[in-house]
Amino acid sequence: MATQGERILEVRDLVKHFPLTQGIMFKKQIGAIKAVDGVSFELNKGETLGIVGESGCGKSTLAKVLMALERPTSGSVVVNGRDMARAKGAELKRMRRNIQMVMQDPYTSLNPRMTVGDIVGEPFEIHTEVAPKGDRRRKVQELLEVVGLNPDHINRYPHQFSGGQRQRIGIARGLALQPEIIVCDEPVSALDVSIQAQVINLLERLQNEFGLAYIFIAHDLSVVRHISDRVAVMYLGKMVELGKDLEIYDRPAHPYTQALLSAVPVPDPEGRESRERIILQGDPPSPANPPSGCRFRTRCWKAQEICATEEPLLQIRPGTAHLSACHFAETHDVVHAG
Amino acid sequence: MSKTSLRTSPAEGGLGDEPLLAVEDLHVEFVTRAGIVRAVNGVSYSLNPGETLAVLGESGSGKSVTAQAIMGILDMPPARIPKGEIRFRGTDLLKLSDEARTQVRGQRISMIFQDALSALNPVFTVGWQISEMFRVHRGMNKRDAMAKAVELMDRVRIPAAKQRVNDYPHQFSGGMRQRIMIAMSIALDPEVLIADEPTTALDVTVQAQIMELLAELQRESNMGLILITHDLGVVADVADKIAVMYAGRIVENAPVYDIYRAPAHPYTKGLLESIPRVDQKGQELYAIKGLPPNLLDMPTGCAFHPRCPYRQDNCVTDAPPLYGISGARNSACHYWREVLDGDPR
Repeated sequence: MATQGERILEVRDLVKHFPLTQGIMFKKQIGAIKAVDGVSFELNKGETLGIVGESGCGKSTLAKVLMALERPTSGSVVVNGRDMARAKGAELKRMRRNIQMVMQDPYTSLNPRMTVGDIVGEPFEIHTEVAPKGDRRRKVQELLEVVGLNPDHINRYPHQFSGGQRQRIGIARGLALQPEIIVCDEPVSALDVSIQAQVINLLERLQNEFGLAYIFIAHDLSVVRHISDRVAVMYLGKMVELGKDLEIYDRPAHPYTQALLSAVPVPDPEGRESRERIILQGDPPSPANPPSGCRFRTRCWKAQEICATEEPLLQIRPGTAHLSACHFAETHDVVHAG
Repeated sequence: MSKTSLRTSPAEGGLGDEPLLAVEDLHVEFVTRAGIVRAVNGVSYSLNPGETLAVLGESGSGKSVTAQAIMGILDMPPARIPKGEIRFRGTDLLKLSDEARTQVRGQRISMIFQDALSALNPVFTVGWQISEMFRVHRGMNKRDAMAKAVELMDRVRIPAAKQRVNDYPHQFSGGMRQRIMIAMSIALDPEVLIADEPTTALDVTVQAQIMELLAELQRESNMGLILITHDLGVVADVADKIAVMYAGRIVENAPVYDIYRAPAHPYTKGLLESIPRVDQKGQELYAIKGLPPNLLDMPTGCAFHPRCPYRQDNCVTDAPPLYGISGARNSACHYWREVLDGDPR
């Protein structure tokens, strides 16, 4: 779909722990929420990497670290050859320009007291070099037109728009600084079904037009499949499987991915009685106290002793063509999404 | 109408031609400062024992308001029901006294909601909340009711129910809270269960668990299930028949296989085509253009006409009735034949 270009983002062994403390005067750390615990991947220009996983798997924390909204505990986020995790001051500000974000909820991520013009133009206040003051209004109107909104509505407020239109405003704001990477955190999950397709089409058009690279975080597997070139599956702070979209969807190797794919309801009633369905028992364990060895072993039907003692690394396993983190990885064609 | 006449008598068991639950030409409107919002405009559907009816629609389509009217939990005012019938085993619920209605609500017809955390009371233990059903409706004492609560928590497969019965809602995960809601709703063996987006707030693997649980409970007790959702995947998995709602009306109803094989209304067709499919990768998705209508300012004629690729002149002036297509199938489109044949847009 998108042209494969040079590498623009490289994430190595990224760790983000949130400390758990006790005491009021003398805070003592008693543990940590291991939200992201050793994640590595790279992203090329114009590419879309889909990240899927259930709530609590660390995908949104990953997005925040990539945006430099949270500092990583350890590891590196290298953007165009420079490590953002260590950058400070003016350099960090410059680097931030290059990664922008589209948020999940278009109802709460837009300030209700600001006009659309102010919202979309606010990035220019911080990064004044992108648009000189006299030029801003015209720039904002251009952006509104790019995302399919009426440029004359620049003085309206968010409540005067529908959910889908608000998400377009959020996208226009993300585009304002001409970034190379956009992190989309569940960009369509708050929208009605008939509107979702409109926003996905817009994101794809913008990608082709501006050569954007997307990190596309979502829980809707059929949407991720449609838009992504590669897909990463996360579970409890770790990546368990990473590969080309077709590899992941047609030949998933990790039991968690297989369970996830088989749990997605297929929008076609034909043959629903005979469909294979792997139903996982229980809930994911707490990231404050993850299981030893493989984190999925407590819910896994393949778990053996080695899973409790030895952590499986994310690597290419025999008989599979992409990275997976399971001692007993084997491809298995489950009924897949969409 | 007294409570006893609503009880199932052996003669009622067969039900005859009368379905378990029948909604007939229901209208619900809300009086607001901006004007009268017609949320439901003539909805009819029916449900038989053991059957699953999926009500599909987007936000504002009136699917939840219809359910709330059936449950009798609409705030009136601002809501009012100017017209229509809701017959449960042949008795019009809208004509019942408040006391008689209370006997139906929760006992014969019960409901689970989307957001289990806000539907549960945070300051009472889950055991207390589940056992309340038995204390209030069955007059049990505290100890017996609590024992019943543990039994129910076991039945909805909450692990270590005995130890957890005295926990508070915040100590449970989202999936477990939804199980507690389900335990409360099936406590008194209702004949109809209305599930309003029961899995929307949950992850897919938990969603699969909950849907399986609902299906199992339904098999055990032969309840009728009304599943309100916007998820075309969930519907395809569990429904026997579907009612698609748009702007307060049913635009199509049909057995589940028919709708997915060949939709007979342009809205249903558009929804099905906008799902990303494998063979469409890299192509533009089909998107229904435009926005859902404002209920304060509804389009004339067919409410879908501003967004419809099949629109003709008469769609703007004449509201289409629900045309019968075959047996259990209806479509509210003047041009359902063209839509069924899949003529190019």
